[in-house]
Amino acid sequence: MAEQTAKERTRSKPAVGLQPTGEVDWSNYRGVMVVVEQRDGVAKKVSWQLLGESRRLADKLDAPLLALVIGHDVEQLAKEAIAYGADRVYVSDSPELKDYRTRPYSRVCLHVIREFKPEIVLMGATYTGRDLAGAIATHLPTGLTADSTQLDVNEERLLMASRPAFSEKLLATILCKQFKPQMATVRAGVFEALPWDDSRTGEIVRVAPQMSADEIVTEVLEFVAEKSRVNLEDAEVIVAGGRGVGGPAGFQLLDELAKVLGGEVGASRVAVELGWIEHEHQVGQTGFTVRPKLYIAAGISGAVQHTVGMQNSDYIIAINKDPEAPIFKFANYGIVGDLFQVVPALTKAFKERVGKRQETPAGDRTPLHVM
Amino acid sequence: MLHIVVCVKQVPDSREIRIDPKTNTLIRQGVPAIVNYFDLNGLEEALSLKDRFGARVTVVSMGPPSADKALKQCVSMGADEGVLVSDRAFAGADTLATSYVIALTVQKVEEVWGPVDMVFCGKQTLDGDTGQVGPGVACRLDLEQLTYVEKIEQLDEKRREIVVHRHLEDGIERVKAKLPVLMTAVAELNKPRRASLPGVLRAAEYKPIVWTTNDFANLDRAQIGLKGSPTIVGKTWVPEQKKIDTQMIGLDKGIESAATDLIGQLFSTELPAKLGWA
Ligand SMILES: Cc1cc2nc3c(=O)[nH]c(=O)nc-3n(C[C@H](O)[C@H](O)[C@H](O)COP(=O)(O)OP(=O)(O)OC[C@H]3O[C@@H](n4cnc5c(N)ncnc54)[C@H](O)[C@@H]3O)c2cc1C
Ligand SMILES: Cc1cc2nc3c(=O)[nH]c(=O)nc-3n(C[C@H](O)[C@H](O)[C@H](O)COP(=O)(O)OP(=O)(O)OC[C@H]3O[C@@H](n4cnc5c(N)ncnc54)[C@H](O)[C@@H]3O)c2cc1C
Repeated sequence: MAEQTAKERTRSKPAVGLQPTGEVDWSNYRGVMVVVEQRDGVAKKVSWQLLGESRRLADKLDAPLLALVIGHDVEQLAKEAIAYGADRVYVSDSPELKDYRTRPYSRVCLHVIREFKPEIVLMGATYTGRDLAGAIATHLPTGLTADSTQLDVNEERLLMASRPAFSEKLLATILCKQFKPQMATVRAGVFEALPWDDSRTGEIVRVAPQMSADEIVTEVLEFVAEKSRVNLEDAEVIVAGGRGVGGPAGFQLLDELAKVLGGEVGASRVAVELGWIEHEHQVGQTGFTVRPKLYIAAGISGAVQHTVGMQNSDYIIAINKDPEAPIFKFANYGIVGDLFQVVPALTKAFKERVGKRQETPAGDRTPLHVM
Repeated sequence: MLHIVVCVKQVPDSREIRIDPKTNTLIRQGVPAIVNYFDLNGLEEALSLKDRFGARVTVVSMGPPSADKALKQCVSMGADEGVLVSDRAFAGADTLATSYVIALTVQKVEEVWGPVDMVFCGKQTLDGDTGQVGPGVACRLDLEQLTYVEKIEQLDEKRREIVVHRHLEDGIERVKAKLPVLMTAVAELNKPRRASLPGVLRAAEYKPIVWTTNDFANLDRAQIGLKGSPTIVGKTWVPEQKKIDTQMIGLDKGIESAATDLIGQLFSTELPAKLGWA
């Protein structure tokens, strides 16, 4: 049976060791390229965040900022990419590219990289981004830094991609001197997109798909969206609770405050693990990285795995009964006290000051699903 | 019979790693070495396919000699064979050099035990945490790449078709692919079994097969270990905390007054304007 299957196999003799094709002079590689991730023509936020940070890198390198859009009916994304800072956008738009699949997408990327030679290629450290980046970097081959949270370039035009290591206890800067392009995936929510500016101009370059439909064996049968009831990544205000909240009832208190502020409810992992609230509310290393304008942390101690996910918020208020809680080191304002008294008082005071108009109509706001 | 290869990495239990506050370096001493969580999910899935369809399950690991413990653990759970790829020359590998050696290993496994239908990897490791080795191996062996698999819905041995559910940030994707495939496992895939008594007895006697650089006929030494790794670790540092002047709001005048005080202070910043409260 084993022999039989071997005969049936259409797989070409694997190339295992992939050597860079001839090139050793990388001096003609120029530009910073962001691979835009999209579903159904809607870009993932991280793509625009990456364009924002990459604009800075490109300017420092005096090089163009490039974007690569792959999909079907995605023309408008090319225009969006320009409005978000790109100088030139490569677009591969074709029905067989509608759903992300590793082979056809990586073929397009490889073609664009080999043809147009960007010195840096970045994408979101999302599931799709990691799937794609891992395949491309191996094919090229080149070095790939995973899940970066800081980016910079030095005088030698080297990308310095830094990433947290060992449960965020260390940061390490990783470089790739040997090959081009230098590649990295970048965590969502760490960088800020540039303000949308549709007066910006840029060039759009069309790229043919590199595989025909019948060459692609993998088939996406269906995508079942998980109706995320919370949208932490876009929330302007987050009221988050941890073990100190004591249970689902405590989260109702936070929800009332969040409602007054037009925000969402966040949580520490402990609160999620105790089953008080669903995982989609979790902030931190294994949850969402968020940067709201206001983050209120109640009954959260401030473990590093939590703070990495929220420390870039514009304003942080901490409420904790322990004056030594590390969360206070991150907070602009701190109240040492019992959250069961402090939170309702804040809700009341905010209601008076901010007014009812702030409250979003019940129908527009996703109700809190505590468990 | 199906032939399944499971890739496992022995990793330090990162929850136990601490930073020496004086030297700002990792304290690795006394940190237990474990089999990377998600690799056990891959192994469990292979073993349950073995239970249902019959399969040979070969576990491979690249690592130091002490990683034979990881392989013995896999054998105690029901794996047929464990191969440890170990050589000083492999040390210091980044994901590119690692996927090269793992791909060579899978090829050699095919030479010894016959063609491989499926390769399992974990979605990522607890230490390197890149999730890049799976795609790298798939690419090198020209296998269909199915990452973040949380369920195997269907396996049709005759038509060599597999339908899996991929666990993505925003939903579940059902994908159909043709064998041979490489899958990366997420925790939702299954609950790894405990070792059985016969398994434990077999593992106690079991000596994993060890392959060194000499066992690979066409190994390119330029592509392995530190030398074959394009990524270079520059500096490492302990993240510094942003210096923030924390305003502590006292409760001495009562909770209500503290709340009003806090909100008053907030309104003297640009926050209300940013939030459209002004
Ligand atoms: C690999 C790994 C990944 C992780 N990922 C995450 C992650 O993504 N997100 C995350 O949050 N954590 C994560 N953690 C867990 C993290 O290390 C902490 O254990 C967790 O953040 C602590 O949650 P907590 O602050 O709610 O609980 P605790 O640390 O127990 O803190 C509870 C706090 O509530 C205060 N409190 C109690 N009662 C009251 C009251 N009535 N009023 C006011 N204050 C009160 C206490 O003083 C205390 O400070 C991760 C851990 C590991 C090892
Ligand atoms: C803190 C830190 C940061 C790093 N950052 C990077 C980086 O940004 N880029 C980079 O290229 N390298 C990086 N490395 C090196 C990388 O960890 C090593 O290449 C490692 O050998 C494999 O990568 P991984 O642990 O990330 O595995 P992942 O790609 O996360 O592993 C996925 C799966 O592949 C399989 N697998 C991985 N390694 C082995 C193995 N040795 N034997 C058998 N199966 C295996 C397992 O099934 C595993 O679950 C980093 C290492 C450390 C310690």
